[in-house]
Amino acid sequence: MEPTNVYAYKLVSRKEYFSPGHRACQGCAEALAVRLVGKALGRDTIAASATGCMEVVSTPLPFTNWNVPWIHVAFENAAAVASGAEAGMKALMRKGRLPKKKITFLAMAGDGGTSDIGIQALSGALERGHDFIYVCYDNEAYMNTGIQRSSSTPFGASTTTSPAGKVVPGQVTWKKNMPEIAAAHDIPYVATACPSYPIDLVQKVKKAARIKGPAYIHILSVCPTGWRLPPELSIKAGRLAVETGIFPLYEVEDGRYKFTVEVGILRPVSDYLKIQGRFRHLDEGMTGKIQKRVKEEYERLKKKVKMTQGD
Amino acid sequence: MGKRIGLEVSLSAAEAVKMADVDCIAAYPITPQTHIVEHLSELVNNGELDAEFIPVESEHSAMSVCAGIAAVGARAFTCTSSQGLALMNEIVHIVSSMRLPMVMILANRSLSAPISIWNDHTDVMSVRDCGWVQVFANNGQEVFDHVLFGYRVAESEKVMLPVMIHVDGFILTHVIEPVEFWETEQVERYLPEFKPVHALHPDRPVTMGCIAGPPIFSEVKVAQDEALIQSKSEIISAWKELGDIVGRNYKPIEGYKHEDAETLFITQGCFGETVSLAVDALRDEGKSVGLLMDRLWRPFPFEEFRQAVENAKSLIVIDRAISYGGQGGPLALDLRSALYKEKNEPIITNFICGLASRDVTIDDFKNIYNRSMEKIKVNPREEDFEYYGVRGK
Ligand SMILES: Cc1ncc(C[n+]2csc(CCOP(=O)(O)OP(=O)(O)O)c2C)c(N)n1
Ligand code: SF4
Ligand SMILES: [Mg+2]
Repeated sequence: MEPTNVYAYKLVSRKEYFSPGHRACQGCAEALAVRLVGKALGRDTIAASATGCMEVVSTPLPFTNWNVPWIHVAFENAAAVASGAEAGMKALMRKGRLPKKKITFLAMAGDGGTSDIGIQALSGALERGHDFIYVCYDNEAYMNTGIQRSSSTPFGASTTTSPAGKVVPGQVTWKKNMPEIAAAHDIPYVATACPSYPIDLVQKVKKAARIKGPAYIHILSVCPTGWRLPPELSIKAGRLAVETGIFPLYEVEDGRYKFTVEVGILRPVSDYLKIQGRFRHLDEGMTGKIQKRVKEEYERLKKKVKMTQGD
Repeated sequence: MGKRIGLEVSLSAAEAVKMADVDCIAAYPITPQTHIVEHLSELVNNGELDAEFIPVESEHSAMSVCAGIAAVGARAFTCTSSQGLALMNEIVHIVSSMRLPMVMILANRSLSAPISIWNDHTDVMSVRDCGWVQVFANNGQEVFDHVLFGYRVAESEKVMLPVMIHVDGFILTHVIEPVEFWETEQVERYLPEFKPVHALHPDRPVTMGCIAGPPIFSEVKVAQDEALIQSKSEIISAWKELGDIVGRNYKPIEGYKHEDAETLFITQGCFGETVSLAVDALRDEGKSVGLLMDRLWRPFPFEEFRQAVENAKSLIVIDRAISYGGQGGPLALDLRSALYKEKNEPIITNFICGLASRDVTIDDFKNIYNRSMEKIKVNPREEDFEYYGVRGK
């Protein structure tokens, strides 16, 4: 652990852009991630949000928790709406109708709004090269509608549409690798993050804002409600995801991969799995499968780091 | 007076978008809308129009990008047809509910299946209840004028709603017609800079697109409906001023030899021009017949229709879309509601024809007239409607 993490509250802005009073569940690390992203970006931000938990908990008409300009249009189009806002502002400033000013355009969506229904709009926006940051808050299921599986739900997890049944033991597919899909667009910046590592997260978001062109940040966001986990273990679960190698923290800058939090020897995945109700039904065989896969993927990532940092 | 030239209607539509000095265009190609987007990208890439052209990956994103553009207070344009409209449908409803002004041209084309690139109004009717101001433009000049009219109405502080301009695919989009451009000075007088009531900007943070539960949802939606209904006065004054500036006068319903007619055809879109020739021919035969062309589709001009048909004994409503399992075509349904229990309520007959550009000629409209005269002798019921020109019917 980097010692700075302990002093996170001193190193990030005190200003709240996603203000208190929202209706997220206790211990919601997705809400914490949103808050940290807001602090990292500051006031000169325009945010476009997809439908999902974070939209629902923060804007029950006539209330709002947003202290930055914020728009929600639909579930699958946050990247497109942000594209429009960016293009519109660019035109207005170029044509002298608004004073020139650096504004960060943020698109935000859950894992469902990103890796499933919103992947087309996201791919389009990344390919077109808008100057914006796309943040995926990955809580590994459609939480807003009641914990249904997404393509980002991990292998083995029990959700309401991949229930641990007598014949099928929960989710039978492997988690879609969304950061890799984003990186395959050859955009200038891709990163993974987790609010259990707040400084790392804030630094990445700030870097993404500095870089011109599209940036994609994939934030693992522990959801105690959907993961069947006591709320006080949210932060710990995020750390375990990283320490087991299940969710490595890295960045891809101009195609170069780099670990931003070095883990050393990985903890066994069971440390992470056993504290969550969604994995309660897993037997040794399933856990072993997960362990093997995590190791392989981690090695693959290490190779990428080595290959791309070498030159 | 601006220059007058012969130009394909799609190209003159694009030229009108240029005259409106739009800030951003987001569109996805689909026949028969393609020539409009192609010409717009040419104008942008040749530096003739200072705008962002956003070549989106789908119509769903086209409409979503336009939502973002309008939300920051920039002027957005898009255009589509048929399947493209169906794909963007979700967002079409949202932008009107969020009161985001913009203009969209819909090059009218049938909806699949079977897939057809040809012209009718099945796409139009699929968004009848989407909350946009909707007008039909029936020739090249009307298309040109209505692009400028569209922004003028949409961006009016009293309206703040998107405007859809219906243009018949191929039979209008692809023909060459004379069009009189506006002078820049006329545009400046008619169409002020877009000053949105609310816009996304860090200096004045606002939240757009909230979630609303049972205690407040109805109020929001009723306010939206009232805004659309009330937009009519602004629509009429925008037409009036357009007339004052360029000398062409538009009304919610355009009449042709209708004032003394016992029987009135009612049409939408380009069929009006063919029917007007049929009216001439029928008048030569001594028939008392006239024509009303519906220009304003939403908000529906109930009052204007009631007045316009006051002296008519019967109406022949021509629909170019099917309301499956319903009581006739969508236009007839609205007219029947508009005139129900009116004093001297005319008898309404309804004919659905011209699907996927099936030709309906002057003679066909004369046949329709004769058929209608036979039908009204037996006082047709509300659900009576006929498909005209369909084999086996
Ligand atoms: C087109 C469409 N399909 C389905 C829905 C229903 N829906 C709303 S939010 C949601 C799931 C959101 O999941 P995710 O993106 O992972 O965000 P989370 O709530 O988990 O943060 C679904 C299925 C919708 N609003 N729109
Ligand atoms: S369901 Fe999960 S993600 Fe949604 S608010 Fe609750 S804890 Fe947060
Ligand atoms: Mg989710």
